[in-house]
Order: sequence, then C-alpha cells, then structure tokens
Amino acid sequence: MRPAPARIHCLAVALFLLTAAAAPAAVEDLLAEFESKTTVRVLDNGWTFIIVERPTAPVFSFATVVNVGAAQEVPGITGLAHMFEHMAFKGTPNIGTTDYGAEKKALEEVEAAYQAYEMARRAPRADPAEVARLHAAFKKKEAAAGKYAVTNEFGQIVERYGGVGLNAFTNSDMTAYAYSFPANRVELFAFLESERFLHPVFREFYKERDVVREERRLRTESQPLGRLVEQVLATAFFAHPYKQPVVGYSSDLQAFTATDADQFYRRNYVPSNMVTAVVGHVKAETILPIIEKYFGRVPAGDKPPPLATVEPPQIAARQVTLVEAAQPVYLEMFHQPSVTHPDQEIYTAINDVLANGRTSRLYRKLVRDQKIAISAGSFSGIPGTKYPSLWGAFAFPARGHTNEEVQASIREEIERIKTEPVSDGDLERFRTRAKADLLRQVRSNFGLALQFAITETLWGDWRELFRSIDRIEKVTKDDILRVARETFQPANRTVGMIVTEEPATAGSGSQEEKSR
Amino acid sequence: MRGPRLETLRSLILWGAVGALLLVQPAAAQVTDADAIDYPPLPSFETPKPERVTLANGLVVMLLEDHELPLVDVRAMVRTGSRLEPAEKVGLADLVGRVLRSGGTESMPSDELDDLLEDRAASIETFIGIDSGAAFMSCLADDFPEMLGVFADILRRPAFEQAKLDVAKNQAMSAIARQNDNVNAVAAREFQELIYGSESPYARSATYATVGAVSRDDLVAWHRKYFHPNRVILGLAGDFDVQEARELVAKVFGDWPRGPDVDDPEAGYRKEPAPGVFFIEKNDVTQSTVGIGHLGITRDNPDFYAVELMNQVLGGSFAARLFTRVRSQKALAYNVGGGVRSDWDHPGVFQMTLNTKTETTAAGIDALLAEAKNITAEPPTDEEVERARSGILNSFVFRAISTRQILDQQMTYQYFGYPLDWQERYRKGIESVTTAEVLRAAEKHIHPDRFAILVVGPKEGRDRPLSDFGEVRTIDITIPEPAASGTK
Repeated sequence: MRPAPARIHCLAVALFLLTAAAAPAAVEDLLAEFESKTTVRVLDNGWTFIIVERPTAPVFSFATVVNVGAAQEVPGITGLAHMFEHMAFKGTPNIGTTDYGAEKKALEEVEAAYQAYEMARRAPRADPAEVARLHAAFKKKEAAAGKYAVTNEFGQIVERYGGVGLNAFTNSDMTAYAYSFPANRVELFAFLESERFLHPVFREFYKERDVVREERRLRTESQPLGRLVEQVLATAFFAHPYKQPVVGYSSDLQAFTATDADQFYRRNYVPSNMVTAVVGHVKAETILPIIEKYFGRVPAGDKPPPLATVEPPQIAARQVTLVEAAQPVYLEMFHQPSVTHPDQEIYTAINDVLANGRTSRLYRKLVRDQKIAISAGSFSGIPGTKYPSLWGAFAFPARGHTNEEVQASIREEIERIKTEPVSDGDLERFRTRAKADLLRQVRSNFGLALQFAITETLWGDWRELFRSIDRIEKVTKDDILRVARETFQPANRTVGMIVTEEPATAGSGSQEEKSR
Repeated sequence: MRGPRLETLRSLILWGAVGALLLVQPAAAQVTDADAIDYPPLPSFETPKPERVTLANGLVVMLLEDHELPLVDVRAMVRTGSRLEPAEKVGLADLVGRVLRSGGTESMPSDELDDLLEDRAASIETFIGIDSGAAFMSCLADDFPEMLGVFADILRRPAFEQAKLDVAKNQAMSAIARQNDNVNAVAAREFQELIYGSESPYARSATYATVGAVSRDDLVAWHRKYFHPNRVILGLAGDFDVQEARELVAKVFGDWPRGPDVDDPEAGYRKEPAPGVFFIEKNDVTQSTVGIGHLGITRDNPDFYAVELMNQVLGGSFAARLFTRVRSQKALAYNVGGGVRSDWDHPGVFQMTLNTKTETTAAGIDALLAEAKNITAEPPTDEEVERARSGILNSFVFRAISTRQILDQQMTYQYFGYPLDWQERYRKGIESVTTAEVLRAAEKHIHPDRFAILVVGPKEGRDRPLSDFGEVRTIDITIPEPAASGTK
C-alpha cells in the first residue's frame, strides 16, 4: 500500500522446531540446506513459483513480486504502478460486489463520464461552468456505481480466515504483495492471489486515487525529508525514470484514469513478469497441483520490452537546497551500478567500513569525536537496484552545528577510503557481519518469501541470495580503492541539503497544493 | 471423531508427504467464493513452555532451546522506567538507557567493547522506556558464553564514561531541537499531554534545561537504585543446551548481590478529563493532523475482551468502520484509525487519528466524531462482531510461533504481574464476548463529551473554522531555550 525502498527489513522472528535438529554448521551450508527444501516451478503461462518447505509452526507466508515499478512509468501516468497496487485490494467480479453484471455497466458509465470531465478540465481555456457540470455528472455516476461495491471485501476475507500482515509495497523497481495464513488455508491463498491478478475490477478507482493523494501529502509534501528526497532524485537523475517519485506527480494523480490503469495492468501484469514465493508449513507436491489449478487460469502474455533509457554519466556536480523551518539535513549522492553488477559487494564493503555500527568511520568521527552530528551513515541502491542507482552518505547535524561542518568531515572520510587501503580487521569484520546478517535474515517465513521472490526477479535465480556471500569473501582492499576512486568524483556527485530558515523570514511552507 | 484426530497426530510426527497430504484435499474445480472451500483442520500445535528458575538473589530466568540456526538471543527486563525520574531531570532515564551500553564497563573501555561486539557480529543494546528498562543481546551460538559475560558486565558494572555521556547528551539536546520537524511526532507528543496532563510522567518530554541538569553522578545513582537481580527478568532463546545455559547464567549472574525489595511510587496522571479543542500551528505541511480522545483502560479491566472486539469493529481491520467509511468511501484520508488502547499497569488512551488535506479538516473531524457516536447509535451488529472474533481466533496461531515471541510474552506477563497463561485466557475471553457486551463496552468507554480534539496544521485554508467544534485554545510549541547561563 505504500512506496518503500528496495531493501527489505525482515521481521526478526525465530522459528520453533518441534524436533531438535542440529543447526547448520556454517552459513556456507545454508545454500545446500535451502536447495534441499526448495522447489521451483514455472507454469505454462510463465508464472514462476518457488516453494520453500519449513514444516515447523502450522503457518505459511507468500510474496508475489511483479517486475514493474515506477521506472516503467512516463510523465502523464506517474504513480500508476503504486495506484494499481492499491487497486489490487479492490476485488474482482467475484469479490467486492453485490451484482457484477449491473456494476460492470455502471463502471463503464463512470469511466465515460470521467473522461469527458477530465478532457474538459485539462483544456487550455477550460470553461469553468462546463467543467463543473461534467464533474457533477461524473460524481453522480460514481455514486450510482458505488451502490454495488462491498468495500474492502478482499481484505475482510483475508482477515476473517486468519490472515495476518496483509500488505503490499511499490518502489521504482517492483511491486510486491505479501501476507501470511494458517497452514490450512492453502486453497484460499491460491484462490485469492490468482483471482486478484486474473481479473481485477477497477471499482472505487477515483476515490482511491484521492486516498493516494492523501498518501502523497502525508509522506512527501508534509515531511521535510520527503520533500528533500523527491528533489534530490529529480536532480541526480537526468534522463532515467528513477527521477520520478513512486507516488507520482501531483498533477498526474489528478489526471490518470481507470482506462490508463487497465492498460498498465495488461501490459505489465503478465505471468512471465511475476514470481511468487511460498514459505512455511507446505509440501511442494501437495501445493503445486493447487497452484496449477488456480494460477494456471491467468493467460500468458508477452513480457513488456525492457526499459531503453540509460542514465548518461553525470558530468557536472549538482546541488539541491531546501530552506525550511526544520533542522538541517545533509546528503551527498553518487551514481553506482545496479545490483547485478560484479562490484555490488564492494559497495557493501564500503558501507560496512564507513557506516555500519559504532565502529564505523562516520560514527566515530562525526558523532563520537567531533560531536557535530546526531547520526551519520551511508546507504546503497536508492531509489532501486534493478538499474544503475545512487549511493549516498548522510548526516543530521547536531544542535548548533552546520551542514558545512558535516560535509567537510564526510568528505574527509570519503577521501580516506579512496586513498588508504582498509585494514585486515575492517575486511574481517565485514565478512563476519555479512554472514551473520544472512543467518538472521532467514529466520522469518515472511522475510524469506519476500527475499526469494525479489532475488528471483532481479537475478533470475533465488540462489543469488546465498551466493552473495561468496562474492563478499572475495572483496579485496584494492577492489575498495578502485571502486571508491571511480565513484567518489565531484562530477558524479549530487548534494541535497535542508537549511534552517532564519526566524524573520519564516514563510508559509510547502509550495504544493496551495489552491487546488 | 477418532479419524481426524489420528490424522492430526500423524501430521505432527511425520514431516514427510503423508502428513502434508492429509492436510489438503483440493476441491474438484476452482471456487469463486472463499466460503465454498473445504478447509481441513489446522494441525494442533504445542506452544513450548520456557523452563523457569529463580536464583537465590531473586533473578528470574526463562530459557527456551531453538536449534534451527546457530544463533542466541537474550533479553533482560529491568524494573525501572522514565516515569520514576524527577521532574527537573526528565531525560535522565533515557540517558541511562543509552550510556549503559555506550559508556563501557569497569573491565572494558567503551571503544574496546564496541570493537569486540562488532568483530563478532554480535550486538547488545539497552534502553529505558516509560515503564520498563531492557537490554538485548544477539550473538552467534559459538560466542554465547563469552557474550553472556559481557552482557552481565554491562548490566552489573557499567562505567558510564563521561565522554560517552557527553555524546548522548549532545544527541538528546539535538533531538529536542528537532522535535517540531515531524508533524506526526508533534501531534503524538502533544496529544499525550492533553490526555495525561503535561506534568504526568506518561506525557512530559525532555527540555534543554532538564537534560542539561543531568550529570554522571545521576546515572550512577540511578543504576545503583534500580539495577538489582531481584528487579530483573532474564530470557534466553536459541542454540544452546538448557542445562549448560543455566550454569552459564549462574556463573555470571549468581553472585550479583540482591537489592532491597522496594515498591516504586506510582506515577501520576490526570484522572479527570479535560475536554476542548486545541490547535497547534504548523505551516510547512499540506494536511491537518487530527487526534481525538480521552483516557483508555488497563488490560485487567473486566471489559477488556469486549473492548478488543469493539476496537476491531471501530478501527482495527479492513472491515473497520473508520477504514471503510472515512478512508475508502469518503476518501478523506490515507491514514485513519482509532481504538480504546490499554496498557498493563496504567490506562492507555482512547484515540482516533486522521491526516487529511487542510481543505477537509472540518470534514475529517466530523467523520471521526460521527463514528464515535455511531459505535453506540448504530450498534455493532452480530455480523461485525463475528467477523472481528473470527479474525482474532483464526489468526491466533501467529501469536506463539517463535521461541523469542513466546519468551517475550512470558517475560512481560511476569514483569507486570499477570497470569502466565494470559494468552489462553485472552482466547477464551474473545470466544465468550457477546454482541450486547460489545455495545456496553462502547457505551462505557467512549465518551464524546470528554473528547480532547487536537489539530496540528496550517492556520489558513481550512474548510470551516475550528471554533465550530468548541472554544479553541492555541498551544505554543516553541522550544524553550535554556537559561542564559547555558547548558551543555
């Protein structure tokens, strides 16, 4: 239901075993262990299923990842991937309606009325009286169609039968739907999760579009950090759709139609573009026939062509400065390759040394020693990882300290990692922590379902989740120096800052949505 | 009757194809209705019970083995809390919570401790909240004996290094400087003050003056007063042998001297409601953040189970009235919810919340007030109550599926003096609530005439004046600077 960064924070929930099996000796054994309990099946229509058997508590989790995100949008329909994610909860001809035959006709009339209103509204010299008339006509049709809706029936069914964690997210790369059921709801999972993608009905579309506008106001327009990140992405990316906000531009959220959404769905929600992972108290040979029966109903389709636009190399430093009532914030971003690039783990190593924990360089310099920051760190893969994206360092200046001070210290540490090899201890700690992190990650059905589905989507093979450890072991000091030198160049940099306005010039804040 | 029970026994013992085959019998064709599916019974599932022991010095220890992965997790709950701090030093408990971990121990300087933990991919974190303190440890199984020793060292012999206290105070001061940047944080903080009273330990927040007044001596005195084994519950889950773990615990905690058995004073809060309409101006947002409510209940209230179901009907689910009517149907908000919250040993808050564009502020308040009235004027139906009950009962299995989850629950019940089978009582309570009781709970615990209505947002651009709802009092959230003599 909300845009979120690509990195997933797994629930740290330990699994209970009724039988006292021995723990795997080492994280290196994890891949073998999971291979023995994982089955991959690609249906005739191209939909990939990954079944992971964990016969412990009588529950299972599942995640469907669709290989479409905000990067598949263009101006005019930004926000549509996220909007469709909302619509996937609105039901089907069988769920969420009292009479689909009548409702279908009513919805067609809504759409015709909306299109008429929308075209009048957008016209360069719109006639306000005509627009108001068409708007009233549309609202009337909307109310008539709304009589057939059983609002939120899909979610109610999930909850009534004991489902938990019903949610979804959209980011620039993908759209994911995930929740958990008690173990005796296997057929219900198959019914609901095939049903909603087989024939979603775009009921209550324009109401939900208004809800999404409120979401944009909540997360972006009314949050200093939300405003900053939106501006930074638009500045750091010159051509690539990563520059577009996942929730969409305000004007598009007032303009795109249910017809646009339907076309977007038909183009992108083809089974060959979809991966579903099921993890928990299930058996592959039992669940697969049920999966075939329900998910096999979805007709095959051609995958949409891959994105053509490539962000050109950045050749000039960029900067974005917001003057706000809020306290200062400092970001500096650099372009980095996608997650499938062989250097990916080198960036992970750089983050570990610069920003991971109380031993990290940014913490020790800015927070512990200089006390110029309340917190400082770094991150990779913003706003996505499927395409070349951004690495960033950030700091929140401490009271009485400035963006200039934290910038100077961040740049010292960046210079250092470009010129001075990291120590043996640094590398050792990096490897140990990466392995332990992976162990902790696999403790949760829900987290695992998401990770398997995401990894399969990005790489074409869930095993890469575990193979990254091999690449981590191979990272050398020279690798870090090379990647640091290539990446941390002034021409490759975008700075984003919030500067606190002087009290005398305290203004009326956000420029958005003033008189709409 | 014998048949199905035999099957479920088999499904427990045999993890192979047979057990699972018995679990699922697919119907002939795809259904078009969730109710048409033939659902097999859920295999019965024994909730593991932690082993419990109390040491001679009063330390309560709970242990659960878990051998799925070579990891160990430990949690300590300490009888303390920020509600015990003096009014002139609000923020002291939070600083103790931070520097307990960051300030090193008598045998290990802080940087060495940080290096050790991170080299081993282990973590120990500590914090003190309103009604309890906690310390967490996570480590690889091989490191468990050594790490438990470090964990004990931190709890028993913290050094509270001045340099690290300086860092923590700097962070606390900086957090105060930022406390008005996030509109939802402002609303949450100020709403608590409206309900509990601004001087109540359940609502008050730190200021530059109160944080500035805290010294290292205060941290040492706090530790000396509250950190005794008879005030601590220790829970351990993971890849160890219970007997060995018990011996380890005895080794590092056994000689911790028992402290005095004292009752802590109760924290005060406003018992009488203070209704009204309150406005906080914040102009760098495009929405109004609204909070409406009054005091809630404690979890041992006899109406607790009826209130739980009422909450589901009002605001806690996809079927909930607030979600369906205010969000999905009226499209007034993305974020809307509400319920009568409870806490273990002090009342929670009844609160309805909503963020809506400035131009629909009054419409949003109207919608919330309407649902607060409707919950009794349009009583919860049998269907609504049954749906809520099914949701809770059918998902009950998720409440006890992991060792850490089970331990956390047991420790919490122990800490607050609730029966250890509270989870089972909860289930029975939910099973037996009637529709009439849900209505009575709504009548008894939601009182529109006692509502405090808080609006945080722009001054201009609302659809109707706030005075439509009552006399408006403006709250000034300007952060008070410390006195001229300065604090650091």
